Amino acid sequence: MKTTIVEKTAFNILRQAVIFLPADVKGALRKAYQTEVSDAGKTQLCAILENVKLAERSCVPICQDTGTIIFYVKAGADFKDLNMVEEALITAIRRATEEIPLRPNIVDPFNNKNSGDNTGRFVPFINWEIVAGDSLELTVMPKGAGSENVSVMGVLLPGEGLNGLKKFVVDAVVKAGAQPCPPVVLGVAVGGGADIAMKLAKQALLRPLDMPNPNPQLARLEKELLEAVNMTGIGPMGLGGKITALRVHVDYASRHTASFPVAVAFNCWAARKASARIYANDSVKYLTHKTEVN
Amino acid sequence: MATYCLRTPISREDISKLKVNDVIYISGTVVTARDQAHKRALEYFQSGKLLPVNLEGLAVFHCGPVVKKKDAEWVVLAAGPTTSIRMEPFEADFIENFKVRVVVGKGGMGLNTTQAMVRHGCIYGAFTGGAAVLAAKSVKKVKDVKWLDLGVPEALWILEVEEFGPVVVAIDSYGCNLFLEVAREAEESKRQIYKKLGL
Repeated sequence: MKTTIVEKTAFNILRQAVIFLPADVKGALRKAYQTEVSDAGKTQLCAILENVKLAERSCVPICQDTGTIIFYVKAGADFKDLNMVEEALITAIRRATEEIPLRPNIVDPFNNKNSGDNTGRFVPFINWEIVAGDSLELTVMPKGAGSENVSVMGVLLPGEGLNGLKKFVVDAVVKAGAQPCPPVVLGVAVGGGADIAMKLAKQALLRPLDMPNPNPQLARLEKELLEAVNMTGIGPMGLGGKITALRVHVDYASRHTASFPVAVAFNCWAARKASARIYANDSVKYLTHKTEVN
Repeated sequence: MATYCLRTPISREDISKLKVNDVIYISGTVVTARDQAHKRALEYFQSGKLLPVNLEGLAVFHCGPVVKKKDAEWVVLAAGPTTSIRMEPFEADFIENFKVRVVVGKGGMGLNTTQAMVRHGCIYGAFTGGAAVLAAKSVKKVKDVKWLDLGVPEALWILEVEEFGPVVVAIDSYGCNLFLEVAREAEESKRQIYKKLGL
């Protein structure tokens, strides 16, 4: 039965994501510690690295805000029981909430009633992509509220173009200040439409921090934006310093000639994510973390 | 930047030594309080009722911990700071009425709190956001919990801590506010950044 393996794998990647920060993020934080010059900033990065180590050692979540759970699913068109995947993911979240445990964060927006199990209407949100083949790739992003609360999207004038985009990103970072728990990862996207720009911006947070953008023009833009936001002096946890962002990732969609949507998604330093691929023969390959447990 | 180890009850003299950017480690009693607990505490004060714990000289921590009960005893698993600015409407009165000496949280606080800290000898300290396991490690014991009817995150958790930190002094009793300073400089940096980007 496919659903059992989907549920088990989803549970495992949830556990990996909230307890073990992936190697690319840890690497970027270590480098940030070496590069940071402000005393207050260095103190924060040192505490962050120690916290990451303690979470690993004691197998408890890195941060008490275990976030809203979002899934990205690359579904092979020939994978069996695709119609049951959603239910399996929901079951995995309920079990993870109790067993890991995750903090129950999900409430009804009108009456504030907490579901108690981290599920709700459109939670988890599942981003589906149908691909060729018979395997199923699952990615989970537990997204904390501090960084989510400063996400912004806007529709600029096409005449403002790329310059407008750059100003929009810098302004968003300055306005966000200490709130998103810097050093942050920024996902920036342009084009598509209001919803598509934000979807791409958020998805851009998943790209490994040590993987350069394959598009050289975007790679240059990412570097330029990173240098720009790190000139704000906001620094680790907003206490002042050089490292406000670890990386800026840019993506785009083609746009309507009369429309220039831009979106900026923030991730806190605890940029949590985990992926696994389930094959037709029920074998599982963990893609972001070494083994089933870490 | 100096490092200090403080033990509760903390005196006004201890507080007057501290300047922004100093690092402190707190031992003794720390009490968690978020929006709901601040609100109720002020209501108690207004109606002349005593709080279930005397906060004089103690540290208040903006935190909703993850806890579990083990053999009838509470254990704190994760206890990172929450966003302090939510407590801004209450904090000035809270400091004045209950004589707390240290407020710990993340993201900083505003002008009203800063002025109350100057008047009454109190500081605000930033604990690293998200460093929930590090914070929990310094909790040696849950001494008591009050107002659990507000829910686990909002209750008053009375914690015995040993070297709780590092806490960076971000508002001192002389009116320096590191977060507001950094935010102002970031705002001012925009002009130079725009120039570099050719805008």
